[in-house]
Amino acid sequence: MGTSLYIENYCIIESGKILLDGVEVFSSDADSFADFSKEALRHFTIQYPKFFKMDHLSKLAFLGSELLLKDLSGKENTALLFANASSSLDTDINYQSSISDKENYFPSPAVFVYTLPNICLGEISIRHQLKTENSFFIFGAFNPEFMFGYAENLIQTQKAQRVLCGWTELLGDEYKAFLYVVSKDGKIAHTIENLKALYEN
Amino acid sequence: MNKGVAITGMGIISAIGNNVEENFHALTSGQKGISPTDNIDTVHKGEIKFGEIKKTNAELIVELGLPPDNNFSRTALLGTLAAKQAVENAGISDVNSYRTGLVNSTSVGGMDTTENHYYEYFEKPETVKYIAAHDGGDVSQKIAEELGLQGFVTTISTACSSAANAIMLGARMIKAGKLDRVIVGGTDALAKFTINGFKTLMILTDSYNTPFDNDRKGLNLGEAAAFLVLESDAVVEKEGKKVLARVIGYANANDAYHQTASSENGEGATLAMKKAFEVAGISPEEIDYINMHGTATPNNDLSEGRAVLRVYEGKNVPDFSSTKAFTGHTLAAAAAIEAVYSVLAIQNGVVFPNLNFKTRMNEFDLLPQTEIKHKNIDKVLSNSFGFGGNCSTVIFSKD
Amino acid sequence: MEALKQELKEKIIAVLNLEDITPADIANDAPLFGEGLSLDSIDALELIVLLDKDYGIKLTDPKEGKAIFQSIDTMADYVTTHRTK
Repeated sequence: MGTSLYIENYCIIESGKILLDGVEVFSSDADSFADFSKEALRHFTIQYPKFFKMDHLSKLAFLGSELLLKDLSGKENTALLFANASSSLDTDINYQSSISDKENYFPSPAVFVYTLPNICLGEISIRHQLKTENSFFIFGAFNPEFMFGYAENLIQTQKAQRVLCGWTELLGDEYKAFLYVVSKDGKIAHTIENLKALYEN
Repeated sequence: MNKGVAITGMGIISAIGNNVEENFHALTSGQKGISPTDNIDTVHKGEIKFGEIKKTNAELIVELGLPPDNNFSRTALLGTLAAKQAVENAGISDVNSYRTGLVNSTSVGGMDTTENHYYEYFEKPETVKYIAAHDGGDVSQKIAEELGLQGFVTTISTACSSAANAIMLGARMIKAGKLDRVIVGGTDALAKFTINGFKTLMILTDSYNTPFDNDRKGLNLGEAAAFLVLESDAVVEKEGKKVLARVIGYANANDAYHQTASSENGEGATLAMKKAFEVAGISPEEIDYINMHGTATPNNDLSEGRAVLRVYEGKNVPDFSSTKAFTGHTLAAAAAIEAVYSVLAIQNGVVFPNLNFKTRMNEFDLLPQTEIKHKNIDKVLSNSFGFGGNCSTVIFSKD
Repeated sequence: MEALKQELKEKIIAVLNLEDITPADIANDAPLFGEGLSLDSIDALELIVLLDKDYGIKLTDPKEGKAIFQSIDTMADYVTTHRTK
C-alpha cells in the first residue's frame, strides 16, 4: 500500500438543498430542478452563461464540482470519475419527444449533444480546464467499492494527484448528487465505510 | 517496454462480417459494408447509407437460441454474439473458473427496442417487457447471463471512446490483481435516435465516408459489437494459453474544448497518445501502424491529423488508415472492433487500406495508406475519441 | 424589416437560452458568433433548425450558415428573400 488517501471535501445536492462538508449552504423551495439549479447558481454568484445551455444532468454535476473545485489550488491534475443509474435518460426522453412527432419534426441539435452521460464531464473539464482522465460508469446504485478502488488506483499509479468523484443521479425532478475530492490531503480517511456514511448522510 | 496484458480471445460482428475471419477477409479484399438500410424504418432511408449488419433481430435470436419471450434489444443481441465468440476463441469452458469480469460499453443501450415499442406499451402488453431492456446496464447484464458469468460486471458510457476505456479498465484490473480474466469490449446497434441526432449535427455524409480526404462530408453510422478476452500472465502460463497480442499502453484525456467538437489543435488527442506511450514505455517511432479514429467528419480528421503531427513532430508518421470507410462509425463499439483489427494487423502483418481516399487535405501533408500493405507489424496504436471531449488511445503489441 | 429583426432577436434569445440578455442588448450589425454573444457551432445548428421551423428555409450545408448568421441584419435579409412561410 502507498500513502493513505483522504476525502478532501464533499458536497451533497438533494431535495432542494446543497450541503458542503456536511453543512447546509443553500436551500430552496423551488418545485422544479430547473428553478432550483438557477437559484443556486445565483446564490453562489457564479458567472457562467453556458450554464443555461446545459441539460439538467450537466447542471447538477457542474454545481457540485464548482463548489468543490473553486477554492482548490493546483487542480489541473484532477481526474474525473463519475457514475449514476439513469445515464442521460432525462435528456434522452426530451430528445425522443422531438423526433417522434412526424408532423412537427424538428429535432434539436442542442438537446441531442447532451444525450450521453459523459457530456457533463466535458462541461466540467471545459470550465476548469482539466485535460485529465475522465470516465463515466452506469451502476444500479451508488457503488462505493468500485469508486474507492478506481480512485485509489488513479492516485497510487500517479495518473492523477486528485480525483473528483461523483454520483450524479437525475431523472425528472428527482435528483441526488454526491461529489467528493480524493487526494493526499484532508481529515476524513478515504474508506468504503466513510463513503457509504457520507452518501447516506 | 511494459509487458502489458495478454489478449487470448476475440469475437466480432460488424457490417463486414459475422466473425473474426469474415472481417479479416473483407478488410484485406477491400469490401466495404456501407449500404442503404434494410432493417430500420427511418424517414432518412433514401438519403443516407449505413454500416448495417444485415441479420434481423429474429435471425439473431434463433442463432443465439433465445426463448421467444426474451426481451433482448438489438444492442444486447449483437453484444452477446460477439462476447460468446470471444470466450470460445479463448478456449474457456468454465467462465467462472478464475475471477472473471465483464467490462461492457454502450452508448445506445436498448434505445432501438424502446423507439420501436414506445407507442405500443399501453395497447400491447406483450411489449412492456422491453421497458426493462432500455438501460445500458441491462445490455451488460444480459451478456453476463448468457455467458454464465457470476463475477464483476460494469458498463462504461463515454460515447465513441467507450470501448477503449473498457479495454483500459480491464487491463488495469488485471494489473492491479483484482481480476484474473476480463472480457472487455462494446456494442451499439443502429437506432433512429442516433441517426436523427447525427443528422441534426449535420455530420452525416450522403454518400460513402472518405476519411482524411480534403472533400470529406461526414460519417456513415454503423452498428457492431466486439469483445476481447484479457488474461493475467499467471492464467496464461497455467493454462498454456496462446497469446494473440498484448495491450501494452492506454490513456485517456479530456480535450476541455467543446461538448461535441474536437479542438483545432487536437489537444486531448495529443495528450492521450503521449500518455499512452508513457504507460507502454515506448517511443512513438516504435509504432508500425496507426488505426485512426478517422470518422471522416471535417472536424475530427483535421483535429486528429494535427494531433498525430504534434506527436510525431520532426519524425516520420507511421503508416496509418481509418477502417471507418469499411464499417461506418459504430460509436461505443468502434474502439472494440478496431482493437480486433489492430490484433489482426499484428498477427497477419498487414496495414488495412483507408478506402475512398482521393485528395490530400489542404491543411497538412498527411497521406493515409490507401492500398493494402504487407510488412512486419510489432506495434499498433489505435485512437478513439468521443463527444464530451473524451479522448482515448490504446497500444497493442506482438507477444 | 425592423419588426422581423426584433422577432429574430427574441427567438434567438429563447432557442439559445441566452440568460440575462434582452433584444435591446443585441445590435443589428453586431457579430453573433465569436465575440459578442459568443455563440458556438451547436448554436449555429440550432439557428438552422429555427430557419426551417419558423420560416420554411432548409439549409443542407452548415457552412452556408456562416454568411447568413453574421449579424441580425444579414439574417433578416436572408429570411426576407428566402422565406416560404
